[in-house]
Amino acid sequence: MAIDFEIPEHLLQQAQMAKFLAESTMRPFSRELDENEHQRPTAFIEQMWPFMKELSKQAIKQAQKQLSGESSETSNGGGKPKRERHDNLGLMLMVEILSWGDAGIYLCVPWGGLGGAAIQAVGTPEQKIRFLSRFAEGDEPAWGAMAITEPGAGSDNSSIATTAVFDEETNEWVLNGEKIFITNGKLALEESNGLVVVWATVDKNAGRAGIKSFIVEAGTPGVSIGKVEKKHGIRASDTVSIVFNNARIPADNILGSPEVQKPGNKGFKGAMATFDASRPFVAASAIGIGRAALEFVKEKLTEEGIEIPYGAPRHKLTALQRDVLEMERQLKAAYLLTLRSIVMLDQGTPNPLEASMAKVKAGRAVTWITQKAVEILGPMGYTREWLVEKWMRDGKINDIYEGTGQINTLIVARRILGYTRRELA
Amino acid sequence: MVSFTPTEDQQLLIDTIRRFATNDMRNVAHDADETSEPPVDVVHTGWQLGLIPTAIPEELGGFGEMSAVTGVLAAEEMAFGDLAIAMHILTPALFAYPVVLYGTAKQREQLLPLFLEEDFAPATAAFLEPAVLFDPNELKTTFTADGDSFVINGVKGFVPLAEEAKYILVYARDAESGRTEAFIVERETEGLSIVAREKLMGLNALPNYRVKFDNVKLPASAKLGGPVGIDYEVLTARSRTALAAMAVGVARASYEYARDYAKQRVQFGKPIAQNQSIAFMLAEMAIEIDAVRLMVWEAAWKLDKGEDASKEAYLAKTYADEMVLQVTDNGVQILGGYGFIREYPAERWLRNGRGFANFEGLAMV
Repeated sequence: MAIDFEIPEHLLQQAQMAKFLAESTMRPFSRELDENEHQRPTAFIEQMWPFMKELSKQAIKQAQKQLSGESSETSNGGGKPKRERHDNLGLMLMVEILSWGDAGIYLCVPWGGLGGAAIQAVGTPEQKIRFLSRFAEGDEPAWGAMAITEPGAGSDNSSIATTAVFDEETNEWVLNGEKIFITNGKLALEESNGLVVVWATVDKNAGRAGIKSFIVEAGTPGVSIGKVEKKHGIRASDTVSIVFNNARIPADNILGSPEVQKPGNKGFKGAMATFDASRPFVAASAIGIGRAALEFVKEKLTEEGIEIPYGAPRHKLTALQRDVLEMERQLKAAYLLTLRSIVMLDQGTPNPLEASMAKVKAGRAVTWITQKAVEILGPMGYTREWLVEKWMRDGKINDIYEGTGQINTLIVARRILGYTRRELA
Repeated sequence: MVSFTPTEDQQLLIDTIRRFATNDMRNVAHDADETSEPPVDVVHTGWQLGLIPTAIPEELGGFGEMSAVTGVLAAEEMAFGDLAIAMHILTPALFAYPVVLYGTAKQREQLLPLFLEEDFAPATAAFLEPAVLFDPNELKTTFTADGDSFVINGVKGFVPLAEEAKYILVYARDAESGRTEAFIVERETEGLSIVAREKLMGLNALPNYRVKFDNVKLPASAKLGGPVGIDYEVLTARSRTALAAMAVGVARASYEYARDYAKQRVQFGKPIAQNQSIAFMLAEMAIEIDAVRLMVWEAAWKLDKGEDASKEAYLAKTYADEMVLQVTDNGVQILGGYGFIREYPAERWLRNGRGFANFEGLAMV
């Protein structure tokens, strides 16, 4: 090992392809899809589906190997050097570039999404094959989603009120409750043969230990899409509520163990661990938007004859140049923190602290950078003729979803101080 | 392949310096600051760690190789101990590293053995100038060619250990071409005079001097690198990267102290760290320190690859300038009244940290 920032060549090539995709299937539709909320980015989805299918196929192949007793971990044994893995690094670069293209459209990428990630993290091999196949086969794209938030349960997901009751007669779980703010919920349940991973309590008195996650497939009776939200930004991506009214799902649609008190219960912890894996990608998306705004600002300033004098002392910088330099610093800091948390994922090193650090930094950085970008460009920055104002609206979500900047700061604080959630509430 | 793990050798070095920082530097830092006297024994021990000899390549008689990455790892740990003592121990590098990088064969042969001795090498560099509007690209100290020799005029400030130095590397600008070059000047050269020891806000344990160059006449052989000269931009980047690394070290010292203090200081029946207002300050400090460290590493990594790292070094340094001030100020704030008392180290870290925005050329990797 040595300190190294070299991105492997094949990932750079892959990123180059993603950039082409962003320029051809995202940017040209950015404004239209922002103005016509709830419209689908069909060109992008068509282009991405074959590629995403391949990614999902690999996940299923691994599950099949696990089933046949040939675990992906041990197959590297026998003295053979362990191959370096860059799955997450490659994905990070993709997410960044696609968000550079358009963050709202990027969210419509047809795959298992957060729901798929949870299944992959804690599902049995059988579950992985049974549920993830839809993202790997067929002509029609499919989406996965994750349903955690409720009107009364945001960051405090231990107060989830959606219930799951086991019906022994039919060997089914019965779900009741309402979930809100679900990215791609409509695409998953109404517009494709997708699925949603739903967090519900099997025992309200048990608190967090009672919370389990369940896989609800499209077409399940008793499941309906409620409100389709109208949002500040990322309007190309639909955010919906889902109502569960005696929705019945098979017994083995539960992720992890159904038991409330079981040592080593992977259910809640496993689902929480998917955040450690997903937060760096929210940060990566934030960085993509921030980079788009910074590049655009520099381009426009160059047209006005203003260059950024790297290396100049303070007294030789205009206020405006100083702002642009600060945008660059914030973006770089956020990028490097994110890169670190992603590399840890690839190495299999636990990264909850680093993931939250990256999320805090990137969420705040993109918010500030895009707001500055609008300001710097004067009256034109405020027009809808340009995309800067949209990037500002899009960027803000990264400081909110997958845990607000504040809740992630709290996680960082607990980690560095060695406090439990009770000691530092 | 992207990795944030130092090599085994580097980790060994980090651990060694951390022990030295904790056991030796920290013990004397307060008194050295109060008396403005360098802690001679600790400086000697620090010199014996061999940081500079191991950065001099074997083919030049040294014991290792130049590595900016290793350099920033060491610089952070040294500054974590105490900035003034760290800068003292590393002052000879201000002279040695440019000679390694750009010296002619004769200059290397003649000068580098000085840095391989048991005893502290009496060499330094004069870079900063006592001006409000200091610009490294427009040094006011000039050199002019006079036949076969050079004449240097100007005033330098913040020259560490100039009084005791045998050699001073002086940066000066060609008034006509605008090119900046470095000159090897012996302390006893005619026209070179020490004006006074600088009285500073911090860094008290490191004697810094104002040095005047009044028609200092030098032979052609004094110009570092001969006719080719130096790559000033690279040296600037190396210096900025090193300073940013030291800023990370100072910030980390303050952060760790405040974190530990906040966990044991009880008010209203619980440790103050259990208040979000304090806990969030600490979280913020931790995030910013890590961010700047990564920026420093990236710049150092680029330097080692021989790529242009000017932009990365500039961004890292300017970010570090702000970060170290914020973090050390928070460090004082979290200690409350104790933060203001000189018996505790927090205020010293704030005074030392405040300087980074004003420093250039005081460190080198």
